[in-house]
Amino acid sequence: MRINKFVIGGVLILGAVVFLIWTSTAASAEYFLTINELNAKGSSIVDKNLRVSGAVVGDSIQYDAQDLTLSFEVAHVPGDNAELETEGGLAEALHQAVMDPSRARMKVVYVGPKPDLLRNEAQAIMTGHLAPDGTFYAEELLLKCPTRYEQAVPDQAGL
Amino acid sequence: MIANFGFGVLFITFLVTLYSVFAAIYGDRKQIPAMVESARRAMLLTWPLLTLTAGVLIYLLVNNHYEVQFVYEVTSRSMPTYLKVTAWWGGQAGSLLFWSWLMSAFASLVTLRKWDRDREFLPWVIVVACVTMAFFIGMNVFFENPFAQLYQTTAGIEPHTFHPANSILFTPEDGRGLNPLLRHPGMIIHPPMLYLGFVSFVIPFAFAFAALITGRTDDRWIRLTRRWALWAWLFLSFGLVLGSRWAYDVLGWGGFWGWDPVEIAAFMPWLTGTAFLHSVMIQEKRGMLKHWNMLLIILTYDLVIFGTFLTRSGVLSSVHAFAQSAIGPLFFGFIGFTLITSVALIIYRWNSLKSETEMTSMLSREALFLLNNLLFMSILVVCFWGVIFPLISELFTGQKVTVGPPFYERATAPLFAALLLLMGIAPLSAWGHSTVQTLGRAIWKPTLGAVAITALLFVTYTQKIGALIGFFLIALVILVTIYEYLRGAYARQRSQGENIFTALWTLTGRNRRRYGGYIIHLSMVLMAIGIIGIESFQVETQGRIGVGESLKLSNYTVTYKELASWDDQPKGVNFTRAVVDVSRNGVYLGQLHPRRDYYYDSQQAMTIPGERATLRDDLYVLLIDWEPASTTGATFKIFVNPLVNWLWLGSFIFLAGIIIAAWPEKEMERVAVPARRTIQQTSAAD
Repeated sequence: MRINKFVIGGVLILGAVVFLIWTSTAASAEYFLTINELNAKGSSIVDKNLRVSGAVVGDSIQYDAQDLTLSFEVAHVPGDNAELETEGGLAEALHQAVMDPSRARMKVVYVGPKPDLLRNEAQAIMTGHLAPDGTFYAEELLLKCPTRYEQAVPDQAGL
Repeated sequence: MIANFGFGVLFITFLVTLYSVFAAIYGDRKQIPAMVESARRAMLLTWPLLTLTAGVLIYLLVNNHYEVQFVYEVTSRSMPTYLKVTAWWGGQAGSLLFWSWLMSAFASLVTLRKWDRDREFLPWVIVVACVTMAFFIGMNVFFENPFAQLYQTTAGIEPHTFHPANSILFTPEDGRGLNPLLRHPGMIIHPPMLYLGFVSFVIPFAFAFAALITGRTDDRWIRLTRRWALWAWLFLSFGLVLGSRWAYDVLGWGGFWGWDPVEIAAFMPWLTGTAFLHSVMIQEKRGMLKHWNMLLIILTYDLVIFGTFLTRSGVLSSVHAFAQSAIGPLFFGFIGFTLITSVALIIYRWNSLKSETEMTSMLSREALFLLNNLLFMSILVVCFWGVIFPLISELFTGQKVTVGPPFYERATAPLFAALLLLMGIAPLSAWGHSTVQTLGRAIWKPTLGAVAITALLFVTYTQKIGALIGFFLIALVILVTIYEYLRGAYARQRSQGENIFTALWTLTGRNRRRYGGYIIHLSMVLMAIGIIGIESFQVETQGRIGVGESLKLSNYTVTYKELASWDDQPKGVNFTRAVVDVSRNGVYLGQLHPRRDYYYDSQQAMTIPGERATLRDDLYVLLIDWEPASTTGATFKIFVNPLVNWLWLGSFIFLAGIIIAAWPEKEMERVAVPARRTIQQTSAAD
């Protein structure tokens, strides 16, 4: 009987944890997509929790300091690591994405302080949802500038 | 030239660690004490060797040797010398070296102690320490050489360890410099703290491994490493707190913990380590849960390795992070190898790790400790699930799905609440057997007090259910702890005739571990106050205002006074600083200076909040934007973070608690040893 008592207790805890993980995952899952994938999904993805990665197009950055509304465009970068490598690494892929006018682009709107790292050819990872008009409303904005951290070799022209 | 010397020393250290591993194994198997002694001396050689290597690297960093790739990447001429020194752990190659250096220091410390009674552990402790070191130094030697130099070849400029044919050494004028976000005192101390914690956990693991191999599976290994585990826990905890403080001060989003994979990577070994610290007490007192303790320390060790990899691979926050660097598969290989070997050893020693007594009562101290362990492991499972979920979902559905902070908050909140409840109940339960009646007798007074406090808070402070549950649990823990203290002190007062303060003092001094533990519990609930405060009651506002105009939030009024912008030429930084007046309910409180620093060399801006900290709340003002020409209008974002300073206050009390718990207590050990022997004898008689 003693054993049973502890086994039942253990099973209850296990069940509670599985339940917690299950419901929390279901409630806060975000689909991680590239811009091309997003376009392919079309309207089926509108208003779902999304996480999208893209290259920031520097010329498109607009910031209205009055109501703290930030808008910019991001260009498609591949999500797959192998594809990134064939384009010459993340920094190069971001550069190409911005330079290539045929790449799919997406307009992003974000309300809040302008992030310190927002600049041309930064990688933006945005969490939010897509409006029916194709504008992405970001609730969270994460930026990475791979050039500054990872570029192994100095640019000789810059010296 | 100097760089080549550094690499040479590093390579020799690598060979020394390998020799030490083989000599220790060979000496132990063939029973040649001289061989084991040779292995020990070889290991003692690693610290001077690595110190020399590190010295060379620091020399290169301080003296602007930009032909060395690592120096080029993490320093620049405009950085002050102390930052150039601390840039040692500012990049991956350097921080791996830093890890090995700490590891060799700790391993040397451990082997310098007297080993009389524990001689059979020695070779295997050496093996674990040196295999770990060999792995990290090998990483440096073969993949992440901090001494690689830049060469101009026909193909362009490339980093090489040795001078390639048809090339000349290339020396850039200036380095790229440490990311300004990392030039913060918190960020300078945070990585070493975390690493100290990581590395100290290797020592208990080494002893556990030695115990498994030699078959000396009683609790000797736990007693030998108890203090190591406590210090490891202290450093790891402090590393986490410092990291949070840095995020709060520097990242400018009004929070301190974002459930980022890097943070979780450092948090996971903390979870298993905390569970370990609790459950070893059951083994010491009752001879139970021996398999479990072994498993916990093995998990902690491997999570430490995993954490080192994740925090330093520099490719995080991308779900593709894992495969990007050549060292990824090697890390996973090493983790798999150590995990499988250790778990195989547990299975091999399964019978000798059987419990000496059986758990009978659901409310006994040991059952509640077990429950505490299960809760920590549940939080670990939640964290681990969150980190690997994108990989799993992609594998099974082809669709990459990630989970963010809401997932972690939702899934862990009930688990943390249950931990708080346990913190309140467990100190009152007895070892061996407790019933609802005995426990109820002890707990009803504190519970009544906690209900009264919660009711008071409901009327005066908040009506939020989640926060009220949290406050109830916190009040319960505080009252139970005080109640326990006073009960012990009154008992002393009666029996010894001491006054209450002397009684409190001697009580703590005589049972450092127990009362140190209670202080740690108190510090944890103080931190919980801060976390509940910022999670439940944070408010924010933002807006553009002219000089003389105000923004209002909670009871605060923030009035924009002036703005100044100037260049600091030698540092290459532009500072823009606003001055705002702060008043609360119409009472003038003082000025704050939110600012924004712009680093020209790295083209990076840094938003430094103006903070006014009180125990009631924290006013946190960010300067977002301004009109450059007229400086008449500026945009601010303001947070009021209630109670958040209890978090930082709690962390100081935590430090005091650990020092009390870890302080050497001579007389206690003398008492403890014979008591333990009797249990061993009974188990031997079984």
